[in-house]
Amino acid sequence: MNTNIALVLVLAPFLGFLTNVFFGKSLGKSVSGIIGTLSVVVSFAATLYFFGGISANPAGIQVSLFEWIQISTFKLDFGLLLDQLSILWLLFVTGIGSLIHLYSISYMHDDENMHKFFAYLNLFVFFMITLVVGSNLLVMFIGWEGVGLCSYLLIGFWYKNQEFNDAAKKAFIMNRIGDLGLLIGIFILGHLFSTLDYATLKTAITGAADLNMYWLSAAAFALFIGACGKSAQIPLYTWLPDAMAGPTPVSALIHAATMVTAGIFMITRLNFLFDLTPDVQNIIAIVGAITALVAATIGLVQNDIKKVLAYSTVSQLGLMFLALGLGAYEVAVFHVITHAFFKACLFLGSGSVIHALHGEQDMRKMGGLKKVMPITYITMLISSLAISGVPLFSGFFSKDEILLVAFHHNIPLWIVASIASIMTAFYMFRLIFLTFFKEFRGTEEQKHHLHESPALITFPLIILAILATIGGIISLPGHSWLNGYLTPILPKLASAEHHLGTTEYILMAIAVIGGLVGIAIAYIKYIKQNTLPDADAEITGITKVLYNKYYVDEIYNYLFVKSIKGLSRFFRDDVETALSALVFGLGKVTNEISFQGKKIQNGSVGLYLFAFVLGLCAIISYLFLAQ
Amino acid sequence: MNNILNQIGIENYIFLSIILFCIGIFGVLYRRNAIIVFMSIEIMLNAVNLLFVAFSTYHQDAQGQVFVFFSMAVAAAEVAVGLAILVSIFRNSGSISIDNLKNLKG
Repeated sequence: MNTNIALVLVLAPFLGFLTNVFFGKSLGKSVSGIIGTLSVVVSFAATLYFFGGISANPAGIQVSLFEWIQISTFKLDFGLLLDQLSILWLLFVTGIGSLIHLYSISYMHDDENMHKFFAYLNLFVFFMITLVVGSNLLVMFIGWEGVGLCSYLLIGFWYKNQEFNDAAKKAFIMNRIGDLGLLIGIFILGHLFSTLDYATLKTAITGAADLNMYWLSAAAFALFIGACGKSAQIPLYTWLPDAMAGPTPVSALIHAATMVTAGIFMITRLNFLFDLTPDVQNIIAIVGAITALVAATIGLVQNDIKKVLAYSTVSQLGLMFLALGLGAYEVAVFHVITHAFFKACLFLGSGSVIHALHGEQDMRKMGGLKKVMPITYITMLISSLAISGVPLFSGFFSKDEILLVAFHHNIPLWIVASIASIMTAFYMFRLIFLTFFKEFRGTEEQKHHLHESPALITFPLIILAILATIGGIISLPGHSWLNGYLTPILPKLASAEHHLGTTEYILMAIAVIGGLVGIAIAYIKYIKQNTLPDADAEITGITKVLYNKYYVDEIYNYLFVKSIKGLSRFFRDDVETALSALVFGLGKVTNEISFQGKKIQNGSVGLYLFAFVLGLCAIISYLFLAQ
Repeated sequence: MNNILNQIGIENYIFLSIILFCIGIFGVLYRRNAIIVFMSIEIMLNAVNLLFVAFSTYHQDAQGQVFVFFSMAVAAAEVAVGLAILVSIFRNSGSISIDNLKNLKG
């Protein structure tokens, strides 16, 4: 029974994918959209079923479908694991996934390849589910690669634009770099423990007396590189902002709510491994904090509405990695969930705005949309309040937990994270003020066509905004449902070490005031002083550096692309020339020798016989001499 | 050992073989008449056959003699083919000098 429902859970989106791929065009746009959405809703229903049963069965459900690999002592089943962690992830993957599918029915309705869009989106959900419910690292790896593929396909969905294709390729290649790390990590673990199954690994790692710490750390670090690639951390984050080339629902689903959290999922899943390697944990925490700060600074000056949200996503993911590095896995998971709510809402809201403006993404050409698009405005405002950490909204609780944990472990990291949060509040309200307040700055024609989006678009926005508001109740300070829920997975709760006291309240107050200060600065700058971001050509000084993203793309281009191209050119121009000279030279020599040798064969039988006798004599004398 | 080897001695057979073989070689090298070259080749072949038989008796092993039968049968077949070729050459060129075979050069 459970096996069947688990199979339905996994395969429903895949069926949706097959239907849309093979029959989508003939079924028509609406039907293909409905099929795509329903298949994800079915998965969501199955997830709810398992979620309902999990409290009665804390050990989770492990389903082994078949024996996959058996090489001497190494044994691996193709299995599914439905425990607290995977069900939690499934809830928001399929839940938010359903809402975004629903949204896409309306958003993509003008696109001629709508059935293809839904096919890719279904395939993505299928792979994401595989990633989450796999009972061992190799099944997870299948999903991991699959979501990367779908991400590539969807970023380059409007394939007629070469820039979008380049962005897709960039995302794919950057992810490949991380995937190599992940694969190396998996290989090391497989070599050390002869298994990749989570449960077996856990007993092997936690129970072993003398572990090879050197290799264990190497494995953890390699896995972290994989997480860096997928979850857009320094140094592999540059693909995520470019990934905004894809349609907005894709940005919301893949590049904000689900796929980019795969790295956090993997590290949380292997928490028993990372707990044993404090050096790697320190690296994770530092990388996370730096990413949070760097991405936030870039986000301050971006003018493309989706780029702001993209850098905000990178920054928030950095905060989650900070929590992971400090061993506070449950806090990271909490932030993943709240972030999925408000960031999906923000992306979908921006999509609604872009939709109304017929593709305009530059905030300098927006403004004044508050009156025309009230639902979009209110939902985005709520989500912005949540991400800025205004009290009682969901983001306040999760971000505050991260800051608390950081303060208790490492003050410098806390300072970095706090600055990043203040910046977050600033750039989010910069976005809100520029987009929704003052007068409309676009063309007259656009102004004429301004309209609130249809119900299929606003409905997911409203649901997500509600979730972004109340999402915090799953882990209230001092009374956390989430922490209790995750106890079977995470035996040691880092956030449970400290209790609410004066220090904690002061820290909370600092965080809230910081957020409000960020909002206030944005208010003064963009409402009171009525400033507008400069046109591209007028940007100077530090802003220019930030606007150009610290020139990281250019630096990467110079360091890696140029040098590799130089190396290729060296191989092509020098090494290949030398090699072909050698090969052709050998050919010429052989040709010359045979040309000379041909002369011996002149047709005179006498000469042949003479040579034959001579040869005979040579053989005989050799035989005699050899004795 | 009550056979002919006792009276003559194996070395004499070897000498005879060598002499026959050398005659064959010189015949092949010096004569231009294709039939004589052919005969010289046969002499060489038979020199070897003789050696086979002699050693076969010397070692009291019948295998050598059996082998000679095969070799003679093959030689007969080869002669048949060779002579046929010669006839064909003669018909084409009116001579049986092996120098005519230069025309066969590719």
